[in-house]
Amino acid sequence: MSSNSVPTAKPVKTVDMHIGEAVPGCRKKDPILVVDGVSRTFGGLKAVDVEHLEVPRGAITALIGPNGAGKTTLFNLLTGFDKPDSGSWTFEGTPIGGMAAFKVARMGQVRTFQLTKALGLLTVMDNMLLGAKAQVGENLFRAVLPFLWRQQEADNRDKAMDLLARFKLDTKKDDYAASLSGGQRKLLEMARALMSDPTLVMLDEPMAGVNPALTQSLLDHILNLKAEGMSVLFVEHDMHMVRHIADWVIVMAEGRVVAEGDPHEVMRNQAVIDAYLGQHHDEDLGEDPSAEQQNVGAIKELLDDEL
Amino acid sequence: MIDWGAIFSNAAVELISPTTAAYALAALGLAVHFGYTGLLNFGQAGFMALGAYGYAISTLTFGFPVWAAVLVGIGASVIFALVLGIPTLRLRADYLAIVTIAAAEIVRLLFTTNTFEPVTGSANGLSGYKGGFAALNPIPDGTYGFGPFEYNAYDWWLRIVAWTIVILACLFTWQIMRSPWGRVIKGIREDEDAVRALGKNVYFYKMQSLILGGVYGTIAGMIFVLPRAVVPSNYQTSLTFFIYAILLLGGAATILGPVIGSMVFWVLLSFFSGFIARAVEAGWIPFLTSIQAGQLRFILVGVAIMLIVIYRPQGIFGNKKELAFVK
Repeated sequence: MSSNSVPTAKPVKTVDMHIGEAVPGCRKKDPILVVDGVSRTFGGLKAVDVEHLEVPRGAITALIGPNGAGKTTLFNLLTGFDKPDSGSWTFEGTPIGGMAAFKVARMGQVRTFQLTKALGLLTVMDNMLLGAKAQVGENLFRAVLPFLWRQQEADNRDKAMDLLARFKLDTKKDDYAASLSGGQRKLLEMARALMSDPTLVMLDEPMAGVNPALTQSLLDHILNLKAEGMSVLFVEHDMHMVRHIADWVIVMAEGRVVAEGDPHEVMRNQAVIDAYLGQHHDEDLGEDPSAEQQNVGAIKELLDDEL
Repeated sequence: MIDWGAIFSNAAVELISPTTAAYALAALGLAVHFGYTGLLNFGQAGFMALGAYGYAISTLTFGFPVWAAVLVGIGASVIFALVLGIPTLRLRADYLAIVTIAAAEIVRLLFTTNTFEPVTGSANGLSGYKGGFAALNPIPDGTYGFGPFEYNAYDWWLRIVAWTIVILACLFTWQIMRSPWGRVIKGIREDEDAVRALGKNVYFYKMQSLILGGVYGTIAGMIFVLPRAVVPSNYQTSLTFFIYAILLLGGAATILGPVIGSMVFWVLLSFFSGFIARAVEAGWIPFLTSIQAGQLRFILVGVAIMLIVIYRPQGIFGNKKELAFVK
């Protein structure tokens, strides 16, 4: 296992998941999540407008795109944290469009947040235990009778200790989550999500604000999810990481899916370059210095990503 | 000279008075709401009024036995909690604060209005509903106790029942808060979206918490009126604020905090009022009339509470460690 932070060997990529051309909205051989005609507007702004999208099972799928592309909004819609204006989607064949967030989570599709939501004044162990599903003692009347839930609680505790040990948080189990560092909170949030034995893990910018030393261990944990048979969908800005671990990349821009494909090929796609650089990057912009400045900035960003 | 003995014995009486028990129970309800779940309920006075009037009206107007009158009060507060919670618990926390403070005032004004005078007694309130409770008293007539704690059979019966209820409510709350149910509730206080993402029906849990704490408030309202009459002006918003003061004094997310907080609050209040009244009589404070002195005690209690909140912000029983991380 790879709970150490030494860079691991090149991860094994899952290939050959799609049917036909790798175009936006292309069909997958074994999709876990199928999205149809989902749109969401904020006032006059169309934040998300996805015609068709399939997320492959048993693979790591990255959702990328420039700021304001609608990635997080799509995440919120798919996990029930926001309601779409129109559209439907299925998870493992069950329609879950418009379903409440807690029901979506119970079905095995759990998420983490861009801004980590560790429950600060609960201990690390309590954070973990909260993730366990179908707890008898979470009913108010059964809560009064400890003999009904003591055994389940002990089992959950063992499971939580295993996960904490994997995420190197076992020594912190009795500390308040608020005392953890930013990176440790990301780890805790991921470990907590795993307490529910999910089938699809959705990570919203798992690397944001994590120091480089922890990045490798986080990457390994994400690869482990796949090794254990879970599907992963994650939003990320770090292109290096996307290329390193993703099996499939979905590119969004201005609310729409503009490209899909293998991480190495998709970066060469004209639509992706347009999305990141603007539509007119190859035209002569000499007469509009401000536009030129903006584009130079965008190119610099992309170069940073490439490094 | 000031009669210190009388001041201290009057203050000591408050330690186990039924009013202290009522405030303790109402504060425990707020601890469930605010301390554990993070619900800003500013309408605890409304829940108490429903208990008081629910009990008194069903006894006086409908002739219900004690157990039925208690159930009527509890039923009324469950409905009240549902009416408050259904529209507001989906919204941000501060909306609940606005709605509860308004709803509690509506309840009080409904009981004050002349329209329902035959049933509610309007501003004069209600009395004469204690017969049923007194008839259940197993203690033979007579006076019992020692020192300042000398009461007749009814007063002892009332104190025993009141504090038994407080102790049972404390045990119940302690048990559920250390169960998985309590863990979900505390998680909601920290971040309800995170709890939702873990597959818990946050709305349903918040509703359970609102009802449970409200029922505590309602039972507190019944205990509150057993040594006195039901008067609508007792249920002003200041009642809610006193209960909040007690809660913060004892520690918001604690079981014993509300109980000890209530004792400290009432002992201090009685001590100050006794001291100031006698000090004015003895001519120690020449610029105050005795009416002004009566108000001064609340100022002194306010100062005492401020000192505690400044120098011990976690309350008497709160965990200092928790405050190290408060944003």
